Amino acid sequence: MISYKNHSEKIAQIKEGKFSLKENVAFFINEIEKQKHLNAFNFIFDDAIKIADKIESKIKAGTAGKLAGMVIAIKDVLAIKDKPLTCSSNILKNFEAIYTATAVQKLIDEDAIIIGKTNCDEFAMGSSNENSAFGKVLNPFDNQRVPGGSSGGSAVAVAANLCDVSLGTDTGGSIRQPAAFCGVYGLKPTYGKVSRYGLTAFASSFDTIGPFAKSIDDIALVLEVISGYDEKDSTSFNDEQKIYLEKISEPQKFKIGLPKEYFSSGLNEEIKKLINNKIEIIRSLGHETVEISLPNTEYSIATYYILTTAEASSNLARYDGAHYGFRSNDASNLNEMYTNSRTEGFGNEVKRRIMLGTYVLSSGYYDAYYRKAQKVRRLLKNDFDNAFNDVDIILTPTTPNVAFKIGEKSNDPLSMYLEDIYTTSANLVGIPGLNIPIGFNSENLPVGMQLMTNQFNELKILQLAKQLS
Amino acid sequence: MTIKKEDVKYIASLAKLKFDENEIEKFTEQFNEIISYIEKLNELDTSNVEPLAHPFESNNVFRNDELKKSASTEEALKNSPSKTEEFFRVPKVINQP
Amino acid sequence: MRIKIDYKNSPLYSLYILHYTFYILHYTLITSYIRKVKFKIQGLKLLETSKYEAVIGLEVHAQLKTNTKIFCGCSTKFGSSPNSNVCPVCLGHPGSLPVLNKKVVEFTVLMGLATNCRINEKSIFARKNYFYPDLPKNYQISQYEEPICEHGFITIEKKDGSHKKIGITRIHMEEDAGKSIHDFGDYTMIDLNRTGTPLMEIVSEPDLRSSEEAYLYLTKLKQILTYLDICDGNMEEGSLRCDANISIRLKGEKKFGTKVEVKNMNSFRNVEKAIEKEIERQIDLIEDGKQIIQQTLLWNADLEDLFPMRTKEEAHDYRYFPDPDLMPVVVNEDWKIELEKSLPELPDEKRNRFIEEYKLPIYDADILTSSINLADYYEKILRVTNDYKSASNWVMTEVLKIVNEQKIEIKEFKITPENLGELINLINNKIISHKIAKDVFNEMLTSNKSPNEIVKEKNLTQISDSSELEKEIDKILDANPKDVQDYLSGKEKVIGFFVGQIMKATKGKANPQTVNELLKQKLDSKKTFNNV
Repeated sequence: MISYKNHSEKIAQIKEGKFSLKENVAFFINEIEKQKHLNAFNFIFDDAIKIADKIESKIKAGTAGKLAGMVIAIKDVLAIKDKPLTCSSNILKNFEAIYTATAVQKLIDEDAIIIGKTNCDEFAMGSSNENSAFGKVLNPFDNQRVPGGSSGGSAVAVAANLCDVSLGTDTGGSIRQPAAFCGVYGLKPTYGKVSRYGLTAFASSFDTIGPFAKSIDDIALVLEVISGYDEKDSTSFNDEQKIYLEKISEPQKFKIGLPKEYFSSGLNEEIKKLINNKIEIIRSLGHETVEISLPNTEYSIATYYILTTAEASSNLARYDGAHYGFRSNDASNLNEMYTNSRTEGFGNEVKRRIMLGTYVLSSGYYDAYYRKAQKVRRLLKNDFDNAFNDVDIILTPTTPNVAFKIGEKSNDPLSMYLEDIYTTSANLVGIPGLNIPIGFNSENLPVGMQLMTNQFNELKILQLAKQLS
Repeated sequence: MTIKKEDVKYIASLAKLKFDENEIEKFTEQFNEIISYIEKLNELDTSNVEPLAHPFESNNVFRNDELKKSASTEEALKNSPSKTEEFFRVPKVINQP
Repeated sequence: MRIKIDYKNSPLYSLYILHYTFYILHYTLITSYIRKVKFKIQGLKLLETSKYEAVIGLEVHAQLKTNTKIFCGCSTKFGSSPNSNVCPVCLGHPGSLPVLNKKVVEFTVLMGLATNCRINEKSIFARKNYFYPDLPKNYQISQYEEPICEHGFITIEKKDGSHKKIGITRIHMEEDAGKSIHDFGDYTMIDLNRTGTPLMEIVSEPDLRSSEEAYLYLTKLKQILTYLDICDGNMEEGSLRCDANISIRLKGEKKFGTKVEVKNMNSFRNVEKAIEKEIERQIDLIEDGKQIIQQTLLWNADLEDLFPMRTKEEAHDYRYFPDPDLMPVVVNEDWKIELEKSLPELPDEKRNRFIEEYKLPIYDADILTSSINLADYYEKILRVTNDYKSASNWVMTEVLKIVNEQKIEIKEFKITPENLGELINLINNKIISHKIAKDVFNEMLTSNKSPNEIVKEKNLTQISDSSELEKEIDKILDANPKDVQDYLSGKEKVIGFFVGQIMKATKGKANPQTVNELLKQKLDSKKTFNNV
């Protein structure tokens, strides 16, 4: 039986000869096969076993990288050269990337093993992983329920022990919400901390890449590897702090803000109770907690949907059947090629968001919607800036409810959007957010708690999470 | 602001999407619901607020004028649904000189 | 016979000037004749039309001479095999991102400074959304609100010598689209090599009032662009493109008429012709009591006529919004000053300096500074010789004649400016005559030798030595006693015959001035002798 708590333990066991890396990869591939009904993977990479052999000898020779042998699954919106890149959409069903995303390349450069690509909501649009051309992903704790989205497959891959770590993307909660629904750690880093080069854009000024893991140490380690300025991404930034794992156990004491708007009427009582228990523990560890206010919170969802759909409507214009991807058979003239390829190639949620985004940008509405939302985005940023003048960390629930039933919200987009109430703000203001699994509700479904901190201060939330682990 | 079916059709034509009458109807309804929700923002006075384009405000991110390796023509055309040896191929563009 | 010889002996350049004078006279006569005929035909209409004025604004796209594209490291080289200068970024592949080429900003700011624009401290990129197969992302990255340069002007000089300021609304940076090739049956072929080539769009105010002004404005822009060495300015190859917005109104009217956009003019002359044609068309319509429809017309250079572009069914709604993949460009004072310092001498400055420093006529200065390369060529001659005017004459007649005949650029001209300067010095130092100089010049067109080498090799040094020449003169006079007699009896014209004979005997190497003087002395002394 292969069992380890985190990456350093794994390496130690391999060095001790407890198991081989090849066995380890074979185990995961076998598990993926066994848990096929979860539908977490779009593609499994058979070459992973061969690569495992090579890396194993590197480990033994002491020349391996930081992530030597870490088995990682990649959300199918990130490009890997010569591998499929579908974004779980029919419009890219036969597309193969011709280059590798910077974040993935950094993993490979540190000798991680990429085991496959995970299922997700189409083009990362959704909170349930029900919008996928590869079919829905099931929650491993209750197969009748959604795993959350959009990085549902990545969350499930870690939760169901189908890999060590996975990468997801987070535009409005797409890492943190499925992490909460599946009971694992999920980190959305500061906007720009991880290069977006090779991440299929949904909303460019919101999109981030981050890890899922069962161990907070592994989250810290992977963040260390994938973060930093990339000359291929104008919106990436140089990181002052790049060492996380080494510092994660430092016994820092923090002042923690509890925004009253996040603990009001919409929050499920059971979740509230579990979080309050955690807050008690935090106090007992010597941290200070204080109630704060983020007064514009109620406007975050509206702001988020205006800006992200606008950006998405433009970002997804390129999928048109002209140069790559799906082209409708019914394309006798140019306009038909465009319209039919897109109409047949995109799913409903993607179409809905493209439509909404096209509308808010269309002539005469730009100022009323887009510019207005950009202004409110500033107000939201000001809220957080003010808060971080006083506190180090903001603690909130990750989601108002636990994983919902499959199909429960698929006909009511607005109520689905409102589920993102606690997560969209971090994307609007570009700050890191971390989901910490804090237990289970009475139905034995995972509950998550979110820690947010100021831009580029990831270390603080990693340290607090470590103290709570 | 109420959105009519005609508006939805116009937006669809801009977005190069097509919907049947049922879908248009459903969309119009959902659209109105969403739009009336996002119009919530009008409660806020933002007359003296600068728009925020990026959560992290920076400027002058450049590259130098240096050649990088291009993709091969084969790679460029690899994913093309219709092509020749050298070109992407699309249905004839009619609105041209 | 004699006259012919005489004629040949005159300095070469004046011969050519004479030749050109005739040519120009001839040309003027013909064109004025054509105008008269045209006027007769259109006489009535011209009287009618003089009550209108045209209002023209130009949108000029200039491809920038960078090594790489605006947002990726692919080459901008013209003429590569299709779809070979492409990468995930310019192919618009999922996940690819643009990163701005710094040189594009610098070039655009230089153009802004050269055209008296305000350089906006902060400018941003926007996406212009529309579907087109040569635009792989289906949006063009351009600038919309907050462009980098605004509110400039340039000055044009009209034929009558008057000056006019033409306002420049804005100059902004954007990416070029790829190329569609339409002649493939039911298909259009797409080549994305050009996609992402940096463009600068220069938008004029509607200050232009005639096709002539538009032509002069465009020529001036090209001149500035090439002086700055940021664009080839080649309309035929598409490195410079021009669209015109044209309307007419009654003179004195303040309101603008309905404007028509004219596209697809791929040469400077075609811009002039197309605008002329469109103004006439609009006047005809109004005179016939018809309405002008707002539309886009395409110029067909072969048919020399305008045709409506087949319009797209759906309305244009470009849905501009700030590109979230790019950060703002901030040109602070330091950077601006640094760029200002790097500005080369601009056409007007150079022209004025040529007039002042080299005492050249305005006409010469205009021609010599019409292109930076020609001006450079001229000034390189002056590194070798101080004879400014001779240098100008040689360039404007002999050099430009060959350049135009061979349809080459001055840079490709065989004779180096240094060698041309040396040639001028050989004349001025009386080493060779103008006639010989012309032969040496022709020789230089095909060989790599310096004029000194050629003169030495072929022993072309002019004979100015009196004693040597006197011997030749005596020989000729002795051999032609009858002509000497003619001269002495008052037919002084025969002196030309003697000069010709001497030049022939010396193979053109005799210094004609010395020969003339000596001949006169000799003959006149005979006169005195006879009288005695």
